[in-house]
Order: sequence, then structure tokens, then C-alpha cells
Amino acid sequence: MHTRLAARFALLVLLVLTFASLACSRNKPPVARPMPPPAAAASTPPVSRPPAPPEPVAEPTIVPPEPVKDDAISSASLDDLNRNSPLKPLFFDYDSADVNAAGQAALDGNAALLKKYPTWTVTIEGHCDERGTAEYNLALGERRAVAARAYLVSVGLSADRLRTVSYGKEFPFDPGHDESAFAKNRRAHFVVTAK
Amino acid sequence: MMIQNVLNGPKTRAALTLGAAAVALATLGARQQPPQQPTPAPQQPTELSAVIKNGGGAPTRLAVPSFIALTNDAETAAIAKTIGSVLWDDINYEREFELIPRDAMATIPASKSFTDVPMDRWREIGADGLIVGTVEKTGAGIKVQVRMFRVATGQSAFGQEYNGSGANPRSYAHTISDEIHKQQRNLNGVARTRLAFDSDRDGERMGGTIEQRSTKEIYIADYDGENQKRITVNKSLNITAAWSPDGRSIAYTSYRHGAPSIFISNIFAGTMEELTKTAPSTDPKTPRASDSNFLPQWSPDGTRLCFMSNRDGNPEIYVANRDGSNVRRITNHPAGDVSCTWSPSGTQIAFVSDRSGAPQLYIVGADGLGLTRLSVGESYVDRPTWSPPPYNEIAFAARTTSAGFDIKVFDFASSQVHALTFGEGTNESPAWAPNGRHLAFSSTRAGKWQIFTVGRDGKNVRQITRSGNNYQPAWSK
Repeated sequence: MHTRLAARFALLVLLVLTFASLACSRNKPPVARPMPPPAAAASTPPVSRPPAPPEPVAEPTIVPPEPVKDDAISSASLDDLNRNSPLKPLFFDYDSADVNAAGQAALDGNAALLKKYPTWTVTIEGHCDERGTAEYNLALGERRAVAARAYLVSVGLSADRLRTVSYGKEFPFDPGHDESAFAKNRRAHFVVTAK
Repeated sequence: MMIQNVLNGPKTRAALTLGAAAVALATLGARQQPPQQPTPAPQQPTELSAVIKNGGGAPTRLAVPSFIALTNDAETAAIAKTIGSVLWDDINYEREFELIPRDAMATIPASKSFTDVPMDRWREIGADGLIVGTVEKTGAGIKVQVRMFRVATGQSAFGQEYNGSGANPRSYAHTISDEIHKQQRNLNGVARTRLAFDSDRDGERMGGTIEQRSTKEIYIADYDGENQKRITVNKSLNITAAWSPDGRSIAYTSYRHGAPSIFISNIFAGTMEELTKTAPSTDPKTPRASDSNFLPQWSPDGTRLCFMSNRDGNPEIYVANRDGSNVRRITNHPAGDVSCTWSPSGTQIAFVSDRSGAPQLYIVGADGLGLTRLSVGESYVDRPTWSPPPYNEIAFAARTTSAGFDIKVFDFASSQVHALTFGEGTNESPAWAPNGRHLAFSSTRAGKWQIFTVGRDGKNVRQITRSGNNYQPAWSK
């Protein structure tokens, strides 16, 4: 019975992911912030499969629009994916929307991942630290998100998949009031909105 | 609320003859007067001025005691007390009159009607003018009568009657205050105006894939912070409220669709429109076009709004008609252009741009022509707000410390800048009162972000909100 096997396999993946996300989230503050890749993803490169049940789904192409159905990233729910996102944020200098070298490296990684998962749609959020005014930061956050999108488009991604939204200083990732917090809050943050 | 002028023609005419009578009455200045019977002015004019001023040139001293309950029940007594108390606060707020302190007024026996007012006692404590009001129950609600007396003569200078519901006694006081300021000083008081702002006080969280993000909703309140009411209920970010000039609509930035867009809530009609509407997509994976629109500001005649949008790939200033049609781009620069405000004539728009490297003020015609930089000698400037006439000033937030801002005002006539706040917390987002005599702003001086108002001279700071964090006030006409 293919369906029963498939269900059992899905349950197994769900359990692995649940443990992974529980382990990751236990000691963390509730706000989203830069974090290392999830344990599941780190120990299991996307190309390799998790321990397979005795008889995998015989015809994996039954559902045509989702080509890679069997790794941890592609099987994760949107919420799990965004909680431990494989897409890296990039950080900006004070009052700047320029993508620096470290930012380019992060974007190159994200571009590779987005090419691997061509159905994903992503929102790039622009964020600012609290030292600017609320109104100007809406424009600055917009320019940060737009800069990240422009880079991804320049390396071959379709602009249609990349939405931008500026939150100004509305949602700091680190609520602190020192430079280490400010540095984390000046960022473009990636959220997968559809897969 | 129905209003009747209980004084007849001669009083209205009398109100127009200001100068001569005021001079004639100068010798009657109550504070300089011995507490005996006042000497009649030698040349008593046939038409008396209805304007009450202190005879010695000092601030006019006004007594505003509790109103008189003509119906003998607790509810009417409470309404009468509220109207008197709120009227005292309303008149005091404009600082056009010097109010007799409440404890001094308490030494004078309460009147029971307009006819038993102990005018000599009010004269003794130095009142130039006295406001007496009565409240009585009617079949439908309440009737409020008010008169303003010249204490020196006992002559009535102002009189009105109001009939309406007793549900919001404060509104009677606000109306009386505005009418007295108008009749006595030709001043448009702000007692009936409202503030709008955004607040996270409900502690609600946004849905979606990132948890723990607090929502902000638009609220309104009376100018004095009373009657706070929530306007939006969509559990997302709703920020940067702006009142339409007719005071019946609020434009604001809402993230309810994900991307920020400008909505207009018609708060009395109970309807809502989206100004920056884009064609909805039928594909659930791409639910919405990507452009973002922020920070609406109404033109003075209410027919257009300016706002910031990235629809052409970069934050620029645009103008649209009230119904969202005829969107025109006003700025064109790869830097960020943000925070627009209209000149009082509606022919120019001031905004902020970092095209010089730091956020600075610029002015451009509402047609996009004639760009000039307005140098105000500050390193970082945001949220310019052009004053209403007769002043010609722009208020803004200026960086004064590494992470702190103060509210400052640029005066076109003198090209001078002066500060209204002085490093108490950080202070942002100024908004002028419609008469130009006050500003609202948001500040951290009390801990969390709260809304405050301040006089145009930097004095008379009042805290308006106390619940949650509150930001970005707008002041209705």
C-alpha cells in the first residue's frame, strides 16, 4: 500500500523536524533573529535523503509541480522553514543600503538555494536599527530590501519571485540598545511565502 | 447639539466695537479696583464692548466655577460639575486667559441661578470675567445655558443655550470654550479637535510565519486625551495616521495585505477605501503586486494626497487624487525620498531626502518642478510638518544626540530654527494643531513611547496617552 507507506514516511519526517525545531527553539528568545542553520539541515545535506523507509514511494513524480519532495527543507512547513531559515539574512552598515562583501556572500548562497527550489516565492524584509526616525527608516528599510532583490535579479533570479517590504524600525530582531543589537537589526531578512 | 444665541442683535453688534469701549473700560480694571462699588466710567458709551480684557493690560483673569444644576438629581449635578471642570481646562489650554485657581473659586458661595451671582465677591478675588452656566434635564436630554459676565459691571458679554444628549458632557464644555475664544479673541480654539495615532496597547500579535510581532492599530482621542477609541481592527501594522481636512476621514499606512498600502477610513460613515490599490492577482502564490506605499498626507483642500512609494523601484514622493486616480511622481532620485508635507496653499510639498548623504529637507512644487534644498543647519532631519496659517513654519524632528531627536521649528520669515524639546527622552513625529498654537509629538520621556502636546513656545507640555506604546500623532482640523 503506497499511501500507507507514504503516510508513515511523512510521519517520520514530521517527527524529526519537530524534534529539531523543539531542540532549536528551547533556549531562544521568541523573536526571530539570525541563527545557525537547523540541526536537521546541517546534519543532512539537502541532496541526501533521510533514513528511508523500506520501500520509498515508487513513483515520486505523481505530483508533478513539486520536484524535490524528499529532503528536510522541501518537506518542512512554511512556518518551520522560516523559523530556521536556510536563507541567510544580510546586514548593513549604519544608515546604508549598500550590499557589502559579506552581504554578497549571503545573497550568493540564497540565490543558489532559490535556484534549487524554483517554486519558492520569497519576501525580502528591510529592517533598521532604532537610531533613526520612524518615517525615514521606512524608506531606508525599503532601499535595503530593494538592494538585496536587485542583486538576486542580477545573478539570474526572476524578480517575480522576490517581493520586498520595509518594516523600518518596527520589528527589531534584538531588543537591545547597543551596537551589537543595532548591527543585528540593520538587515534584509528573507521569508519564504510560498513553496 | 442645538445652539441658540440667547443674546439678541445689540450684543452681536456690540461685539464688533472693540477698541473705544475697551479703552473706556480700562479704568474699571478689576484687579486695580478697590473692593468697593466701582465708579462708572465718565463717558459710558451707548454700545458696550462684549470683549472682556484686563483694564491694566495684564492677562485677563477669568473665573470658571462649576455649572449650576437646576434639576435636583445626582446625574445632573455630575454633568454640571464635569462641564465646569472641563471648560476650565479647555480655556486654560489656550493660555489666552489667566484662570482663577480652583481653590480660590471654592471660597465663593455657589450660585443657584444667573440672578444671584455674587459679583462683588468675584471682583474681590480679582476676576475680570466670570462664566456662569446652568444644566437642567429636558425630556430628550439636557439643556445647558451659559453666560459670560464682565465682573466690573455685571453685564453679560456672551450667552448661549445648548440642547442635546447628556451622554458626553465634555462636548458641551469643548463647544463653549471654542465659542468663547472665537467671540472674545477671534481665536480658533482646539477644544473640539481630535488626535489620531497608532498604538500597540492591545498586545495583539500578527499572524503569519514570523511570530511575536506586535500589531499596531490606529486610535483617536479628544485633543486632551479623553475618549480614546480604536479605529482599525485588522491585527497588522497600521501606522502614520493623517486626518482629512474635514475631520471625517483618516488616511494611514496598513500592512494588512502584507505589503504596506494606504487606506482611508471614513470614521463616521463606517466605510474604508484603499488609495493605493493594485490589481489583485488570482494566483495565491503571488497574492499581490510588490509595490509599497507609505506615509499619506492630505492636501489642504482635501482633494489630493502625497505619499511615499517604491512603485518605480525606489522610495519616491507621489501625489494622487482623493479617489486614488491620477498618480503623479513628484521626485526622481536614486536616494530615498520620504516624509512629504503640503504647504498651506497646496502648491508646494516639503519632504526629506538623503540625496546629500544624510536626511535633509527639500521643497518642490506640487507639480514636481522647482526643487530646492531648505537648509536648516541640522545633521539629520525627518518628518517635516508645514504649519497652518497665519504662521509660516516647518516643524521637524532633528537629531541632537547619537540616538536622540528633538522637535524643532524653522521659521521662513526669520530663517531661524528654535527647539521645542530639549533632550528629554527622544522626540519624533511633530504634528501641528489646526490653529498653529500647539504641536503633538511622540516621545520616550515617560519611559515607553507616548503622545504629548506642547505649546508653540515649548511650554505647557501635556501627556496624552498612557497605555502601551503610542506613535506618530496627527491633529484634526
